[in-house]
Amino acid sequence: MAKDAENAARRRWMGVLAKARPDRLAACVAALGPEPAHHWLRPPEVGAVMLRGRMGGTGAPFNLGEMTVTRCALRLADGTVGHGHVQGRDRQHARQAALIDALMQGARAPEVEAAVLAPLEAEAAGARRNRAAKAAATKVEFFTMVRGED
Amino acid sequence: MYVAVKGGARAIENAHAWLAEERRGDPGVAELSVAQIRGQLTLAVDRVMAEGSLYDPDLAALAIKQARGDLIEAIFLIRAYRTTLPRFGAAYPVDTGAMACDRRISATFKDLPGGQVLGPTFDYTHRLLDFKLAAEGETPPAARAEPDPAAMPRVTEFLNQEGLIQGEAHIDTSPPDLTREPLEFPACRALRQQALTRGDEGFVLGMAYSTQRGYGRNHPFVGELRVGTCSVEMEIPELGFAIEIGEVELTECETVNQFAGSKTEAAQFTRGYGLVFGHGERKAISMALVDRALRWRELGEDDSGAPAQDEEFVLQHADNIQATGFLEHIKLPHYVDFQSEVELVRKLRAAVREAPDD
Repeated sequence: MAKDAENAARRRWMGVLAKARPDRLAACVAALGPEPAHHWLRPPEVGAVMLRGRMGGTGAPFNLGEMTVTRCALRLADGTVGHGHVQGRDRQHARQAALIDALMQGARAPEVEAAVLAPLEAEAAGARRNRAAKAAATKVEFFTMVRGED
Repeated sequence: MYVAVKGGARAIENAHAWLAEERRGDPGVAELSVAQIRGQLTLAVDRVMAEGSLYDPDLAALAIKQARGDLIEAIFLIRAYRTTLPRFGAAYPVDTGAMACDRRISATFKDLPGGQVLGPTFDYTHRLLDFKLAAEGETPPAARAEPDPAAMPRVTEFLNQEGLIQGEAHIDTSPPDLTREPLEFPACRALRQQALTRGDEGFVLGMAYSTQRGYGRNHPFVGELRVGTCSVEMEIPELGFAIEIGEVELTECETVNQFAGSKTEAAQFTRGYGLVFGHGERKAISMALVDRALRWRELGEDDSGAPAQDEEFVLQHADNIQATGFLEHIKLPHYVDFQSEVELVRKLRAAVREAPDD
């Protein structure tokens, strides 16, 4: 059970890091001070992931096309392993995502959460809300002469 | 016969240098940046991603700049780049039901849960040139309203609850991939959908239009059209669980089409489905119509001989890179081929001249 909770937490932050804008992630990481020493288990590599859709939205899958992804893995001096899997071709984005993934597994997690993940998550939520608000303003309000529920 | 095989190098080099200069245009006018193309020619970027079959807006914008705005040339550049990338695997199928919708409309139900959301649409514009855009000016901010937290259920789901529409079997087999194995016929629906989603918009539109005009008519209603953002989730073997690795903008169209049924089976609406990268409504609707037309066999319909029902015809001609490659190659030197034809015509003419008169 503890493992499941750990995985769920890690799932959340890796998703936030993958979807963050590289420049915003870089700015948040810079606020943490000097980057901890690390060595590569797998240096950043750019590749493609095949995306899939489902027939009718819910049926059998089909191949939709690929998306660029950059991945890497690194190890901190204390042995913690961090993975980065991010959309796009920005190697620094993948490296910093892996670094934060590693730091979030150690003692600095609260500090990293506050300086990196919380602001990135808030910004993503803000951007989502902003788009949803613009969409809501274009929702059609049909005029009806007699309303059924009145 | 002597054939020159060398000598074009200098001419080619100079042609390419001139091409670069023409691409740049008047140096007195500011150069277009890739960020500007990405941010302001978004629908061109979306088309290049969809038909290039690679979701990466920065690369698509670069390709458009390099191709001087020739979108098929840009798609060609993206397809070529795509082949250089190692494949890390496949993501889970996107959950379009959970899409953060910018736009969601239905032509079949006026008052559907979640409502009709128009989004940033050209519909209802008067298609009059807006000369204000020729002058630089501030764009007034878009209006905002409190978002409705209620979900936007699929229109086909309402029909499904009553059994009025054919269901889609939710299975999780790995679909075949036409970029890995050559297309063979008859092709399954998954392969057809892959070919259509990366197919040329103009071609798929023409095919879809032909069904509306009576060549394989299938009476479509747009049950639902949605445009928005979906998360991409993928299982990472090193981690042993799935994570979100990004998000993509998609356009989805579900059509509700005329019934199938018999004396023993109750009549049901049938469906067509379109899903494309980016904001591409024309393409998504076209794909749904052609998907439906190509399903004639599994739905027990007659082959009326319409082009849109002929999967070999549709799938073999939908790819604009294959098409333009074969078409444009005929402008390259064919001196030897042509010389042999000239010889042949001369011989035939000589034979006629020398033949004794009757």
